[in-house]
Amino acid sequence: MTLLSVRDLRVSFPTRSGIFEAVRGVSFDLGRERLGVVGESGSGKSMTGRAILGLVRPPGRVTAQRLELEGQSILNLPEPQMRRLRGARISMVMQDPKFSLNPVMTVGRQIMESYRLHGKGDPRAKALEMLAAVQIRDPQRVFDAYPHEVSGGMGQRIMIAMMLAPDPDILIADEPTSALDVSVRNEVLHILDRLVRERGMGLIFISHDLNLVAQFCDRVLIMYAGRVVEELPAADLTRARHPYTQGLLNSLPRLDRPVDRLAVLQRQSSWRED
Amino acid sequence: MTREWLLTDAPQTRRQARLGALYQGWLTFRANRLAVLGLVILVLLLLIAAFAPWISPQNPFAQDLADRLKPPSAQHWLGTDALGRDILSRLIHGSRVTLFIVGTVALIAPVIGLFIGTVAGFAGGWVDQVLMRVTDIFLAFPKLILALAFVAALGPSIANAVLALAVTSWPAYARLARAETLTIRNADYIAAARLQGAGPLRLLIGHIWPLCVSSLIVRVALDMAGIILSAAGLGFLGLGAQPPTPEWGAMISDGRTYILDFWWVAAMPGMAIFVVSLAFNFLGDGLRDVLDPKGGRE
Amino acid sequence: MLRVENLNVWFGFPPDRVDAVQSVSFQVPQGQSYGLVGESGSGKSTILRAITGLIDTWSGDIRVADQAVAGRKRSRAFHKAVQMVFQDPYASLHPRHSVDRVLSETLHLQGMHDIDRRIAQLLDAVGLGSGFRFRYPHQLSGGQRQRVAIARALAAEPRLLLLDEPTSALDVSVQAEILNLLADLRRERGLTYVMVSHDLSVVAHMCDRLAVMRQGRIVEEMDAASLRAGRAQSEYARELLTASASYDRGWSGA
Repeated sequence: MTLLSVRDLRVSFPTRSGIFEAVRGVSFDLGRERLGVVGESGSGKSMTGRAILGLVRPPGRVTAQRLELEGQSILNLPEPQMRRLRGARISMVMQDPKFSLNPVMTVGRQIMESYRLHGKGDPRAKALEMLAAVQIRDPQRVFDAYPHEVSGGMGQRIMIAMMLAPDPDILIADEPTSALDVSVRNEVLHILDRLVRERGMGLIFISHDLNLVAQFCDRVLIMYAGRVVEELPAADLTRARHPYTQGLLNSLPRLDRPVDRLAVLQRQSSWRED
Repeated sequence: MTREWLLTDAPQTRRQARLGALYQGWLTFRANRLAVLGLVILVLLLLIAAFAPWISPQNPFAQDLADRLKPPSAQHWLGTDALGRDILSRLIHGSRVTLFIVGTVALIAPVIGLFIGTVAGFAGGWVDQVLMRVTDIFLAFPKLILALAFVAALGPSIANAVLALAVTSWPAYARLARAETLTIRNADYIAAARLQGAGPLRLLIGHIWPLCVSSLIVRVALDMAGIILSAAGLGFLGLGAQPPTPEWGAMISDGRTYILDFWWVAAMPGMAIFVVSLAFNFLGDGLRDVLDPKGGRE
Repeated sequence: MLRVENLNVWFGFPPDRVDAVQSVSFQVPQGQSYGLVGESGSGKSTILRAITGLIDTWSGDIRVADQAVAGRKRSRAFHKAVQMVFQDPYASLHPRHSVDRVLSETLHLQGMHDIDRRIAQLLDAVGLGSGFRFRYPHQLSGGQRQRVAIARALAAEPRLLLLDEPTSALDVSVQAEILNLLADLRRERGLTYVMVSHDLSVVAHMCDRLAVMRQGRIVEEMDAASLRAGRAQSEYARELLTASASYDRGWSGA
């Protein structure tokens, strides 16, 4: 079943030297699956996520032939309606929890807040339950803590707890682990994976890390200069056909395959067009 | 020198790079309509001040008691004051006094502030403690009261008014410069310069000042209105320019006795102060767009 | 080339004193490349900052080319011999200084002559070319900025280069370019590297030997071959290896 359907999504910004298109005609369908969106900085991957959530600020402009959440158009909805949608039906986890948690509010209050806006039932019990669900050992203590009193990995788990509390249909995770150490990263990913699977959510996982996405997602979109250059099942990533995807894979140093020199990606202007 | 040549991301000479950066700044500034308006007003004011003797219709000191307190007319565009002097001519000549006062204060106060603030922030330790406590002492007094005390002690004159205003307005700049310095001090580019053996003086002048100066300029432009008002305030209280020198604040003071029956005597210089203050605020706003990298531009 | 003996680094005063690095010893022979790996807060970058004198609260013995260094002050000769490349190229270039200004000031400080010719040489050496000479940082991409930072570090013709996560802020394709550049420069100029990184595969690619750090201490020292083969002695190093590799498994074997 299709949760989110995107056709010909475009995001443009006016600049001094004309209009800059950050996203140029992105199309995809998302079901109850884990979709990876991979690309380098400036590929438009984050902007795609922001456009879906209606977070592109003017003078940026979002257009699309279609941007539908379960058959209902969410393209350029008025802000009050969009706000009701965000959190309740589509949530977003950002890269760095330091900047997404309110520093003067306890963790528990923030989760309750996000839940009270959208959910029903006892918010306190729900918040504690969510903290337990993201495998925080002592939910009661963390509930009363302030964001600066928790570590980065813990902060990211709290963000996930907060975002998943109202049971959204879709979670957009923008580089949720790139600020974390590897050991913590894996834990956070496992939690995310389990929750998404158990609740039957659709996940859009935005990342620059090909390996991670290949391991973690079902399907991968590879973006370059605002366009999707290749789409393939994550398991087939090594058999990628597009020279950009191949180039990205080859430019990574690898523990299991020592090389004298790393392959350098030769960008081609033809990749910008079809 | 075409537009492309100026706007290129790959300048070929030092001159092209400099001019390009200036042109970029001008384009940003130009995008702010009000700022351009402010600039135009201030340029006009400068021209008026420069050519005052040639453009003022009458002698600003010539008294004509027969013609006193006349409303605006074809002969006296803005009317006459209690001694029958032409208000327009007095305003035109007064612009010189006003420009002299704010110009000098704007040159002295931020420089003192920049010097003390950056040295305190960069040196840290007891130097910082001493300099900032001195700054706090100055900040603890209301500005105008402190200026009044200075002028009262030194005697009323334009030079002393300038001195008093400069002495009372530097602490705010020192605080600002220190705050900026504290964030810049630990930046990697400062560390990199240290590793090349750059000494504290070079870091301060070559690396920290250029970054502090831009926010100070913005702040000064925005404070300018306040300085004009303080100068006018001193004039109003008779502690600035002495009669018969035409000074806008003093002119308002002269007019206050007649304000109900002969409103133009006080209102005309008031308008002049208002317009110039507003122009400085617009200008400061535009300068912030250009100079303040935190202003939210991409 | 570099010898660090029993290094301790701390911040603050008791009772709030934090011991960031505790009794760390290692040595790097001339021409070698040495890696320091560990998670954030393990003290690996702090070691570099203590060596260069950017932190002065340390004790122990640091010797560069058999010359001991002390406290915060470093000699002119030290600055000529030891240079550093920082992690974030967006923070390590002065926003108002053009490439030309950065390099000419550096060359001037290092007492070099013939500055125009040297700037051209440096820009060529880092693969930028003189077309970039008059650009400001905002006119450069992340990779280009890091090349400028490397050119700045090379200006003094140092023998020891300290690399603090030089590619972690860059895209992978740009990372490959910068790592290749660093490898070429080391070969051409016989440089010695100390490289800090959290990325095991980058360290394995760049370094001959490495130390795994945890909470301010060196847990284990090993060579790159052992790292590649997954032969770690200590439990923590093994954990770190598995954690880094676990999301590779799916396709690297395919």
